[in-house]
Amino acid sequence: MAEVCLALAILGVTAYSVLGGADLGGGFWDLTAGGDRRGGRVRGLIQWSMSPVWEANHVWLIFVLVILWTAFPLFFGSMMSTLYVPLFGAAFGIILRGTAFAVRGQAATIREARGFGAVFAASSVLVPFCLGAALGGIASGRVPVGNALGAPFESWINPTSIMVGVLAVVTGAYIAAVYLAADAVRAGVPDLVDAFRRRALGAGVVAGAIAIGGLFVLRSDARDLFDGLTSGGGLVFVALSAAFGIATLALVWTRRFALARWTAAGAVGCIAIGWAFAQSPYLLPGELTLDAAAAPDATLTALLISVGVGVLVLVPSLLYLYRLVLRGTLDQRFEALDQRFRPLTTDDHPEGS
Amino acid sequence: MDGMLLAATEVVGKLGESNQEHLLWARELQAMSFIFHIPLVAFGIAFPAIVVFMEGLYLRTGQPHYRALAKRWSKVMIILFAVGVVTGTILSFEFGLLWPDFMATWGEVFGLAFGLEGFSFFVEAIFIAIYVYGWDRIPPRQHILLGIPIVITGITGSLTVIAVNGWMNHPVGFDLNAAGEVINVRPWEALFNSFFWHELTHMYIAGYMVCAFIVAGVYAVAWLRGDRSDYVRAGLVVPLTIACLAAPVQVVVGDWAGRTVAEDQPVKLATFEGLPKTTKGAPFHILGWYDKSTQEVKWAIEIPDLLSILAYHDPDATVQGLDSVPADDQPGPINLVRYAFQTMIGIGTLLAAMGLFYAAVWWRRRRLPRSKWFFRLAVAAGPLALIAMIAGWVTTEVGRQPWVVYQLMRVDNAVTDAGGLPIAFFVALAIYASLTATVVWLLRRLARHPPDVEVPESLEAT
Ligand code: HDD
Ligand code: HEM
Ligand code: HEM
Repeated sequence: MAEVCLALAILGVTAYSVLGGADLGGGFWDLTAGGDRRGGRVRGLIQWSMSPVWEANHVWLIFVLVILWTAFPLFFGSMMSTLYVPLFGAAFGIILRGTAFAVRGQAATIREARGFGAVFAASSVLVPFCLGAALGGIASGRVPVGNALGAPFESWINPTSIMVGVLAVVTGAYIAAVYLAADAVRAGVPDLVDAFRRRALGAGVVAGAIAIGGLFVLRSDARDLFDGLTSGGGLVFVALSAAFGIATLALVWTRRFALARWTAAGAVGCIAIGWAFAQSPYLLPGELTLDAAAAPDATLTALLISVGVGVLVLVPSLLYLYRLVLRGTLDQRFEALDQRFRPLTTDDHPEGS
Repeated sequence: MDGMLLAATEVVGKLGESNQEHLLWARELQAMSFIFHIPLVAFGIAFPAIVVFMEGLYLRTGQPHYRALAKRWSKVMIILFAVGVVTGTILSFEFGLLWPDFMATWGEVFGLAFGLEGFSFFVEAIFIAIYVYGWDRIPPRQHILLGIPIVITGITGSLTVIAVNGWMNHPVGFDLNAAGEVINVRPWEALFNSFFWHELTHMYIAGYMVCAFIVAGVYAVAWLRGDRSDYVRAGLVVPLTIACLAAPVQVVVGDWAGRTVAEDQPVKLATFEGLPKTTKGAPFHILGWYDKSTQEVKWAIEIPDLLSILAYHDPDATVQGLDSVPADDQPGPINLVRYAFQTMIGIGTLLAAMGLFYAAVWWRRRRLPRSKWFFRLAVAAGPLALIAMIAGWVTTEVGRQPWVVYQLMRVDNAVTDAGGLPIAFFVALAIYASLTATVVWLLRRLARHPPDVEVPESLEAT
């Protein structure tokens, strides 16, 4: 049963990397969109596509935390206490980001929008980096069992952590670009479709390069993990992940963005599963095995029952939401972010709508 | 088992000893984060029901001002929900970051509750988005139905969190072996502990009072300025009526809470009063200051037998004093608890009186009170209810000290061994302060927009 719970946690991590990652990555593109005027349309699309789901995707993160502390309390306590610096960083980043995004939607002047936008975008980069760095610390065996027994800084400032942190930022940006390109199709703004297609291709190539380069980092910094990833089950899933990654690029290239979302999720999910294989039977490499960390069966059963019931309610709700979203029932009108603050010009609605 | 665990077997934390020198900062950080989360919780519990009620009025009467109010409120609701999500996410992090040994040792017992919580927030997030973005796009009868899941999940979400808090006050659902290790975990039993019921009821009514009084207060301001439009009238009367009905009930439920505390946590009850020794016919001291060295309450108004009456409904009942446990097991900041408790009671009594007055006027004359003072009080009632709610939580939480899990694990064994807690505290303080400033600013701006009574789709600004 511990394996099932671990699988749920992995599912949660994947969902958060894809859905939450897309939100966080949106912040990355916001940060790099350029000046008010040039970036106004890009930012407008980001605002448009994120508003309805604003911050709701953090529920996946909560889901992961809850599974971990219920099913693997010892792991949870050890990890949180050692990796407190990046995790506090992520927590604070989440507050700043959520607030700044909401407030920007209500800004009355371009200066306000700019200020809140900067906070939003910067914290959107901080959060995935911190979370990735924390994962890197666990994967490279730098978290011992105990109350804050690991090194407060070296546990997350090390080659593996930095690699995973950067990879998390870039992957988020990549997925976000794919999503935003698809949303631009729905919003009816063809110039932005192209803009995000270019960004998706660029970020995809960079993410792939970091992933490949990352293997060399792991080889020198976390040899056991490297061996696990390059043999047996680990290798299978790494290869699958690479295949999904390439498929995603091909789909984006041929403008099939909707499908590309799913393959992108596949690429992230496979890496997470590959990582689990590479580490097994450990949760904390060399320190704590899955079985030793697992809560008693009574707890695991109760957890699985509650997740089962939850899923029964959740799935129809989600399907309903997606149906409404895909039908465009909930769509707002698209406007460039800076548009509210200046007179309309022709290029705000190139179609002449 | 409902009795007391007087001879406490302390549980050894799974992560081992902690030598945290900044325990106080960890507690303050936790407390501050709760204080920011809890007002949003009140809105999460009560607001959806109030909004859906308003929309129902519109559907029954067809009058546009009801719809305008419901729509306006739903926009505020989604903002508050999202702020609830982020502040709540922080709390989840802090559980592990600040109290890793609490989580490592007990997560398997109470973690389940949070699992249920997660799903309700999930569903709530989905329907709240559909509801708010679906105005004008979804047929009215279907739209109001979409509000129902928000009402339900608003309730279930906080329900399970409260179950955990109840469990911390009255830990059940497991056994201890001779070595003080947790065995034989029964998670469902832990969920429905005996503190759960009164905390749940008391908190829900508190949620309705806080939310409804605050909303009513906004329109009471307009009312005092002489605005008697249908819009303001409905915005005032509906929430004010809800709050005024809830207030007197809250006193009864508070009394139930007090009796449960007397039974299960006698030391906490003694702290409410500052009662040094076990006493028959124990008095209650209003205001004043508990002096630890002389063990008495100075400069206070003493009301004989009142504590016995509150705790057992019997003026001669014997109430356990602080001295029934060693000094080490007594809460430290006794006056903090005393004042928090008295603040809650004072405000609760005032608001209950206000509610009864309102109901009486309505009953006898079928109209609103005419006195300006009544509406001034209505403006103040929201903030007062919020203060009462926070004070109530401070009573519960600080009164539980020095235990994080009552009589089983001390806070100093639960806390993290990590450094830098003061830094984390001040960063969080800065962030929360700016968060408050922006939320206030945002709500004021929303309040200033003219009401969108009948907004055709094409003109509506987002
Ligand atoms: C609007 C808010 C509000 C109001 C008017 C009152 N309370 Fe309260 N009280 C709360 C809001 C609250 C709370 C914040 O919701 C608490 C904290 C924990 C809990 O379960 O409820 C609480 C806790 C709490 C406790 C401690 C329970 C525990 O430790 O488990 C007692 C004994 C009372 N209350 C008693 C009263 C009495 C006798 C009141 C009437 C005069 C009263 N409260 C009014
Ligand atoms: C929402 C209203 C709440 C408020 C205002 C609140 C307030 C506080 C305060 C003031 C403390 C510090 C105690 C001290 O320093 O002596 C504290 C500690 C704590 N509370 Fe709460 N609390 C709330 C709800 C909860 C709930 C629902 C839970 C559990 C699910 C909880 C769990 C804890 C924990 C784990 C600690 C740290 C350990 C301790 O100091 O005892 N609190 N809280
Ligand atoms: C122990 C401390 C608490 C923790 C760890 C916690 C956790 C959370 C989390 C993670 C969220 C975000 C929801 C999501 O995105 O999944 C949230 C929101 C919420 N929490 Fe808490 N919470 C705590 C205290 C409370 C208390 C004491 C209550 C109620 C009495 C409560 C009721 C709610 C509600 C109703 C929301 C939804 C926001 C809204 O509807 O406005 N929480 N909480």
